[in-house]
Amino acid sequence: MQLLEYAIRGIPTGCVFALLAVGLVLTYKTSGVFNLAYAGQAYVSAIVYYELRKELEWPLVAAGVVSILVVAPLIGLLLERVLFRYLRSAGSMAKLVTSLGLLIAIPEIAKLVFGSETRKNPPPLWWVRRTDEWLWPEGATFVLDAGQVATIVSTLVVVVGLVILFRSTNLGLRMRAVVESPRLAELSGVDSERVSMAAWMLSSVLAGLAGVLIAPLFASLNPFDLFTLLVAALAATVFGGLSSIPLTFVGGILLGVLQAVLAGTLPTDSVLTNGLRPSLPFVVLFLLLLFRPGLRSTRELVDPLATVDAPPPPPVVRARPQWVATSARVFGVVVSLVALLVSWFALDQYWLGLAISGLVLSVTMMSLIVVVGMGGMLSLCQAALAAIGAFALAQVVEASGAPVVVGLVVGILVAAAVGALLAVPVVRLDGVYLALATLAFALMFQSIFVPLSWVSGGAVPISVPRPVIGPLDLSDDRYFLVFVVVCVIATALVVIRLREGTTGRFLQALQTSDVAAASIGIDGPRARVVAFTIAAGIAGFGGGLAAIDLGQASYEASFPYIIGLVWVALLVSAGARSIQAAVLSGLFFFLFPALLDKLFAFPGNWVETNPDAPSWVASIADTIQPTWAQSVAFILFGIGAITYAKHPEGSIEAQTTASVNALVRRVEARNAAREPARVGGPGTGGTTP
Amino acid sequence: MSDALLSATGVTKRYAGIVALQGVSLQVHAGEFAAVIGPNGAGKSTLFDCLTGVQRPDRGQVTFDGRPVDSLKPAARARAGMARTFQRIELFGGMTVLDHLIVADRARTRRGGLLADVLTGSHPSSEELDRCATVLELLGLEEWAERPAESLSLGKGRLVELARALVCEPKLLFLDEPSSGLDRHETDEMGHALQRVQREHGIAILLIEHDVPLVQRLAERISVLDYGELIASGPTEEVLSNQKVRVAYLGGST
Ligand SMILES: Nc1ncnc2c1ncn2[C@@H]1O[C@H](COP(=O)(O)OP(=O)(O)OP(=O)(O)O)[C@@H](O)[C@H]1O
Ligand SMILES: [Mg+2]
Repeated sequence: MQLLEYAIRGIPTGCVFALLAVGLVLTYKTSGVFNLAYAGQAYVSAIVYYELRKELEWPLVAAGVVSILVVAPLIGLLLERVLFRYLRSAGSMAKLVTSLGLLIAIPEIAKLVFGSETRKNPPPLWWVRRTDEWLWPEGATFVLDAGQVATIVSTLVVVVGLVILFRSTNLGLRMRAVVESPRLAELSGVDSERVSMAAWMLSSVLAGLAGVLIAPLFASLNPFDLFTLLVAALAATVFGGLSSIPLTFVGGILLGVLQAVLAGTLPTDSVLTNGLRPSLPFVVLFLLLLFRPGLRSTRELVDPLATVDAPPPPPVVRARPQWVATSARVFGVVVSLVALLVSWFALDQYWLGLAISGLVLSVTMMSLIVVVGMGGMLSLCQAALAAIGAFALAQVVEASGAPVVVGLVVGILVAAAVGALLAVPVVRLDGVYLALATLAFALMFQSIFVPLSWVSGGAVPISVPRPVIGPLDLSDDRYFLVFVVVCVIATALVVIRLREGTTGRFLQALQTSDVAAASIGIDGPRARVVAFTIAAGIAGFGGGLAAIDLGQASYEASFPYIIGLVWVALLVSAGARSIQAAVLSGLFFFLFPALLDKLFAFPGNWVETNPDAPSWVASIADTIQPTWAQSVAFILFGIGAITYAKHPEGSIEAQTTASVNALVRRVEARNAAREPARVGGPGTGGTTP
Repeated sequence: MSDALLSATGVTKRYAGIVALQGVSLQVHAGEFAAVIGPNGAGKSTLFDCLTGVQRPDRGQVTFDGRPVDSLKPAARARAGMARTFQRIELFGGMTVLDHLIVADRARTRRGGLLADVLTGSHPSSEELDRCATVLELLGLEEWAERPAESLSLGKGRLVELARALVCEPKLLFLDEPSSGLDRHETDEMGHALQRVQREHGIAILLIEHDVPLVQRLAERISVLDYGELIASGPTEEVLSNQKVRVAYLGGST
């Protein structure tokens, strides 16, 4: 009886999962985009509803209509028109990275537009908060609150609406045809443009509805809660095999019920079960991805409707002349030396600290080069692996008093071991599924393992001392800087050698053609496991360094999964195979928000020191908040990822290639003019690192 | 026929609704030049996929070089001495022609590996480059060695696939329509190259080809597939004059 009560309590949540999941399937099947930004869309509608209903005190229906039926589909339309329609023939990786960028950017844009204050007690999509006073007979056991009633009612409305849409309208029939069999639909001449546009709007309405409905369950509005929700919806879509809408629906509701039953029955006195309860969706998603049959062989994800246009050819690598490679190397060394000297002598404590953190992060970025750039696997859990390295280091140093440098090595090994264990099942999955599985792992790690004291040391982070190497005490930031630079160079050398060596060649072969690589005897899964493991080790190294840098192994401060997603977006948009991109994006991640911070604080400070400034200047200074810095930085990081589809080799790499080509052309033209007799330009061969 | 290099018995493969292969048995002897012909959709490529391990047949056994290979993955079969080209060309992105051959050579010799990469950088050795140069020369690809594979014509791309397969030093070479997309001259060159490969290097070849004159010139034995079934197999001239084959494949005309 008790169990039944829990189960019924779970139905409303399950309904929300189901709504989101159906929306995901719609856009996935009609445009091939696995829309991670979906959570952001739900969040925007929830905010709009909150503002209209609570701040402006609009009537319920008006607020609901505007937030769910106007704002939400407009966002969907915008995304489809401006972005995703141009991505139809792009690979699944490009689509995923784009939606990852949006996932990062949208909540921050919402913060800028609507203000970043906390929104407590989101209002339900119902007239009163509690329903037991008027709906339920006296003495009844179940108390469903207004939000839950609203959820069930709206879900029923949506289900009926969808059934009518899919059964009896022209557009709906075509949409269903596309969802169930894109090939057939295409053959029978469905106008894919319109269907995809309609699907984006419809699915955005579902996102908006889900966002508004679920908001009252949380104490305050927060994009991360909605992201958790998205993961649950992802689990439901995987349950439905990414194509069956009814099965997806059932999956969502089952998950909601299961979650409620577990919440009611698991003991509340253990850290493990407390972590397990909210993370059920992550666990379910992870297990479904690994064990649901039929997912591994799905290779038609790329563009169900655009099968006629071939994907754009990969960028042609132009072999660079040797002299370019050499001078680029010399130039790089000179620039780095100058930068090092400037940091040593000219930077104050604050900027020096940031530069060090940036360099430390570039080590973790290099782990992404190995797994994403070389391995072609969009791993979304490098931050978790870095955290594992940091925790292992801290635990070893604290427990045994071993030198910190030994701890670093232990961190690398432990992270690599965890990476290998994770890699064995995960590398068998295709692109999108691998990304989702690693994301699920990162979320599980955050909510189940991080709270455990044998992992993270519990609520208070373990402190990590700076090592003393010979006569050098690295608690002096300048000595530490040199140490970090040495670590970065060592890592870069390893990565370059792997990239140019047999490992990198095999991985590159696998990236473009699995079957062809197998036909010459390359063992794909093995090569991928190796790449994943090495990347995990490098991430562990980066995490250990970050802990030493900060003085403690703090998950909160250094490694939350969302930060990890930003790293991926940054590196991939800068250039997933390039060492420069890794170093620059690491530095950028720390220095750019700080610069923006100074920039946005500037007007306020100026007004303070110039009291006789005109009032309009003061009012501008008043609006510009230093708190914008983080948001603006994240938005730009996210938008950077959106450019990935255009420059899959990365913006830095594209820039370098363009300028090198221009330089080569100019020099060759001059040589030709000077020595018309000489045949050919300078010797060719070799690519720059 | 237990001395066959490759021997398939009763290979059956169904796709949802379609029987792509129905109990196909086939042998290829060491050093022999054999061909498979048949109309479009007859199941020729599917047969290759089943033999090289890309597809799992629903029924049937395959033995290669004296041992069953049914449980081996494509990569393991490749290492056992099967190499192939693809009907829809499959080259590696971002690599030059020479890179393609070096990768294939590395996959065969297993040179390099994590530690070797990190310690030595695993640059191409002179022996490796020599081996690749021999194959490039055999196929007339020397001047294309430094060209990115993406910039090649379809014909040259097919040659690169063939070169990549040859670097694996296979015992048996599977070629899926190597002449499609090639002009007359290129086809002739390809034919000569294949003949040299078989005669001078003793590599057995199993060829899928629509160009009947080419098959007639090259193949010693042919097998004919129609709707997934083997309708004839034997010495080339004998099979080509068989009435059943003419009806199925040549449309009954002369
Ligand atoms: N992956 C697949 N899924 C479903 N059906 C398939 C698949 N691959 C092949 N088929 C079907 O199996 C049959 C045999 O195809 P196959 O490619 O082997 O023919 P083929 O003899 O190579 O033809 P062609 O001369 O056109 O290359 C065809 O009817 C084809 O449609
Ligand atoms: Mg074929």
